[in-house]
Amino acid sequence: MNVSVEFIMTGLFVFALAGFLGFETIRRVPRLLHTPLMALTNALSAISLVGSIVVLGGQYTAYTTILGFVAVIASMINVVGGFLITDKMLKMFKPREKPKKPESAEAEAM
Amino acid sequence: MENLLPMAVSFFPDASTDAGLYILISLLYLAGAIGFVLSLKWMSDAKTARKGILAGEIGFVLAIIGTLLLPVITTTGYIYIAVAMLIGAAIGVPLGLLVPMTAMPQRIALSHAFGALAAGLVGIAKFYDATPDINWFVMAVLGIEIVLGALVFTGSLMAAGKLQEVKWLAQRPIVFPLQKTLNFAVLGLAAVMVVILAIDPSQVWAIPVIIIAGLTFGVLLIIPIGGADMPTVIALLNSYAGIAAALLGFVLENNLLIVAGALDGMSGLILSIIMCRAMNRSFRNVLFGAFGATEAEWGDQEVGSIRSASFDEAGEILKNSRLVVVVPGYGMAVAQAQHKVRELADTLEKEGVEVKYAIHPVAGRMPGHMNVLLAEANVPYEQLLDMEDINPEFPQVDVVLVLGANDVVNPAARHDQKSPIYGMPILDVDKAATVMVVKRSMRPGFAGVENELFFNEKTLMVFGDAKDVMGELITEITGNRDSINV
Repeated sequence: MNVSVEFIMTGLFVFALAGFLGFETIRRVPRLLHTPLMALTNALSAISLVGSIVVLGGQYTAYTTILGFVAVIASMINVVGGFLITDKMLKMFKPREKPKKPESAEAEAM
Repeated sequence: MENLLPMAVSFFPDASTDAGLYILISLLYLAGAIGFVLSLKWMSDAKTARKGILAGEIGFVLAIIGTLLLPVITTTGYIYIAVAMLIGAAIGVPLGLLVPMTAMPQRIALSHAFGALAAGLVGIAKFYDATPDINWFVMAVLGIEIVLGALVFTGSLMAAGKLQEVKWLAQRPIVFPLQKTLNFAVLGLAAVMVVILAIDPSQVWAIPVIIIAGLTFGVLLIIPIGGADMPTVIALLNSYAGIAAALLGFVLENNLLIVAGALDGMSGLILSIIMCRAMNRSFRNVLFGAFGATEAEWGDQEVGSIRSASFDEAGEILKNSRLVVVVPGYGMAVAQAQHKVRELADTLEKEGVEVKYAIHPVAGRMPGHMNVLLAEANVPYEQLLDMEDINPEFPQVDVVLVLGANDVVNPAARHDQKSPIYGMPILDVDKAATVMVVKRSMRPGFAGVENELFFNEKTLMVFGDAKDVMGELITEITGNRDSINV
């Protein structure tokens, strides 16, 4: 297997641009939501699931199949658990029910 | 040897792959990547954040569908995949729904471990499948990816164990002579192996060495870490896990992995930088694992006298104030006092007292820890204020209620150059009219530093478990105590 030079170059482009995009987007996430943010990015980086599926499903050798099997389980735990827990957390963040004092609503600045 | 190996683990192995299918799968991946970016964008506001989860989930489903369409997957392969995904989901559901909010730091650390495990294993499988036909650049990337996967795996497990306070794991930072030398030696060994493989990818023996070195380094990295450094470490491991996923994307020729990995890596990086700033540590210092473990020289400090308050004195003061600011710390999490705190706030609000919460960025054991706990206790998020927003308000505050926070309110950080926490931005609680500190005993905080706030003439110490004290104060303020006693 030889990853082509073209792919590596495209990959570097994608990596750099996604990195900048991520930086500018995530910078705006208020501190209030930093724990849900970690949980969410955890779920997203479980995208290794895609690689794990290929390793497991392609059935190259018994050895790689076992590695792939464990990898699919591990990343699937993060996908399912990660999204569920992020949602569970976000459900708890509620604004004040009756906005009786509007001056105290200057909360999340960053 | 290479002839015995079937098709390489690659997404689009050769030109014979149907072009239409290639385009379809690529578009599905693209849609997946857009979903991921949107999910992070919507995370910037508590009102839209849940919509973001949905975008992320849709992105994931599309990515999985695209992957399952790949022609390399065999019929038995589909069965294996289904079984493994079901097992993973069966473990993931309870980990997502049943873990209590107080256990969130270790839960997050554990998920870093799973993510790193998956990335590491795929990298290893990829190596064994492709060796020795790997070009030097790809081999270097693959080698680094495996090291990162291994070290994040053990590092995160160690962090989770420390946070869960597993018995056989020392909670206190462990420091020994030549520790950094050993760390660099282990990392150096891994680096040498990566170089050897990049020169000659047929040196299969080097892979187990890389894996063991990576696993060992992960353990060594966390040994000197104490509780207060945990937020930084968790953020850093988050970043490493993302980078591992992105590197895997290069090796597997998959842009979606690169995008998701870059986003995760960036998120972890931003959080690490915020944590470093909040603790006045240089980012370089943290990046190379040379964490704290400041052996404090407390004892040579001037210790004044303290004033302690009884519950009814404290209750009376709280009841007669206009603005009360609660400063929560890890102690509140340990005592699981967040619900009682909210009850106390409700009681005070009924008496016409305004209540706000001041959240220091490194309060607790992970970024945002206090916010999650207080949100769980139904505190409206408008009341949770960041350090920068609340600090100018302290001179107008009548009572600050410090709950299990210590170093983040120590004024020594502002002026005492000898203090290990000197320079760390703190909540200026000493500018308020009265400071009430709820504490179990006079034991110093994590950094081992005596807190001069406790000896301030404005400070009243209320001794006891945070949860019990809250309960007592509520009874005092509502006046139920008298009716019970009579």
